[in-house]
Amino acid sequence: MDFSNFLLMRQELSLVAVFVILFLYDVFCSDNTKKAFQPVACVLFALHTVSGFFPASMGEAFGGLYVNSHIAVLMKNILNIATMLVFLQAGHWLKTDESVHKRGEYFTIMLVTLLGMYLMVSAGNFMMLYIGIETASLPMACLAAFNKSAEKSAEAGVKYILISALSSGVMLFGMSFLYGVSGTMYFSDMKAVITIDPLLIMGFVFFFSGLAFKLSLVPFHLWTADVYEGAPTSVTAYLSVASKGAAAFALIFVLYKVFGNIEVVWNQILWWSAVITITLGNLFAVRQKDIKRFLAFSSISQAGYILLGIISGTAQGMTATAYYVLVYVFSNLAAFGVIAAVENQTKGNTSISAFDGLYRSNPRLTFVMMLAVFSLGGIPPFAGFFSKFFIFMAAANQGEYLLVFIALLNTVISLYYYLLIVKAMFIKEKNEHAADRFVTDGYNKLSLILCTVGILVIGIVSCIYNRFDSVAFGI
Amino acid sequence: MIKMEYYLIISILMFFIGIYGFISRRNMLAMLISLELVLNAVEINFAVFNRYLFPERMEGLFFTLFGIAITAAETAVAIAIIINAYRSIGNVNVTKLNKLKD
Repeated sequence: MDFSNFLLMRQELSLVAVFVILFLYDVFCSDNTKKAFQPVACVLFALHTVSGFFPASMGEAFGGLYVNSHIAVLMKNILNIATMLVFLQAGHWLKTDESVHKRGEYFTIMLVTLLGMYLMVSAGNFMMLYIGIETASLPMACLAAFNKSAEKSAEAGVKYILISALSSGVMLFGMSFLYGVSGTMYFSDMKAVITIDPLLIMGFVFFFSGLAFKLSLVPFHLWTADVYEGAPTSVTAYLSVASKGAAAFALIFVLYKVFGNIEVVWNQILWWSAVITITLGNLFAVRQKDIKRFLAFSSISQAGYILLGIISGTAQGMTATAYYVLVYVFSNLAAFGVIAAVENQTKGNTSISAFDGLYRSNPRLTFVMMLAVFSLGGIPPFAGFFSKFFIFMAAANQGEYLLVFIALLNTVISLYYYLLIVKAMFIKEKNEHAADRFVTDGYNKLSLILCTVGILVIGIVSCIYNRFDSVAFGI
Repeated sequence: MIKMEYYLIISILMFFIGIYGFISRRNMLAMLISLELVLNAVEINFAVFNRYLFPERMEGLFFTLFGIAITAAETAVAIAIIINAYRSIGNVNVTKLNKLKD
């Protein structure tokens, strides 16, 4: 048997190795030894993350089921960075009595979902894509229901698993018609035979709806706010960056590699869903009182901005999309890191009023949160401005001026509600729910420092964008 | 031999009955059964397309086999999560899952 195919899957194999080591550690070690679980997991995963940056061999494995390309490796590195930051932020929560005996499960389940995301990004066949999506979303439902004693967490788990099963059913239904039209499941073969005909369009619409559930585009977004609010904060952070990023990458690969010839069909679909997603996400975010729900709606509108990069159909669009997700990872995880710290202090209170007057008690956390929301809103010196700029430029270069104009108007709305948080932290007086002065634990501090550096540096250091640009491809 | 269209009519009916059941049922287990209808409709589709249109290659049948396995895993996880929810709310009615709203 020829094992050389496996050399292409270096990142997957090293992830599985980390998973196996942590799994054996969790099963065979005593409770006393397991006190070092989080540091060991973080160090192993950091090694895995760093190894992803070394040059790897490219090509197709298993007859085209699995495709490794330079841009796919970069996207996996983005997902690695997101997971690493979430691992660092989980520390305090995993030391509580509720979850201390389950910390091993937390890390291992997270790694399995990450493996599913890798397969989504590297898929060269619809079956592989489906297996990847399921590998990513089934364990994710378990993570959403992780706090077994909390009613909200159980509810979030039920909502997530039922909606994700329904969405994969709808997506499979679409895939079956795509198969009926083309006679193959391979991306490259299917691209060669498809032409615009009604059955294909029907199949595509079902398939797109299934992926839109994962990406939480309007009108498939209704699960998002509930699951984000109910799930434990560190899981919400992971769901909002890694899961969404992987879905965006899978969508862009499928649209470019398979449906490139029929761009006229999906251009309109994406145009309308981008406009509705950005607008509704923003309008609903304004009226939220809970910070996790608030960030859920903000992440819905961010998914709409990601569609702007995908819709252009050029190499520039792919570059802008990957770059946008990278910046979004740092900004959103900075916000979630602060939320996790405040939530631990206020005994699970996640309302926005818990942030009132935070500046007087915790100036440094306030500073990080301010940078995060400025970057999410797109205020100039921070990375968020550059990612929004590139994504608008990619769409405008294809003549989508109206779409860019609507998105720009929405940026103004989003600035309003992002600044509400800043106002609560700086101007409002401290109330009885708000957090007192406290010290964040070391791991979370490290993750917040990394996020701050990312927000400040990524926009200015142009080699990162150039690296994406040199490997991206268009239709 | 039975025409392909008849199989497709059956599978599309199953799919939409499943969707209807998922929307109208209030019992989580009944919703899960409806989801099974949806996924089985898809598997019929794959098998039929393979058998009638592309009998020289086996891709559709393989997809059916993988689909059945993944669906079973999905059901197992869903039932575990529903049992977990049952422990905390004492019911399998979805209308009782109303803690999360604004």
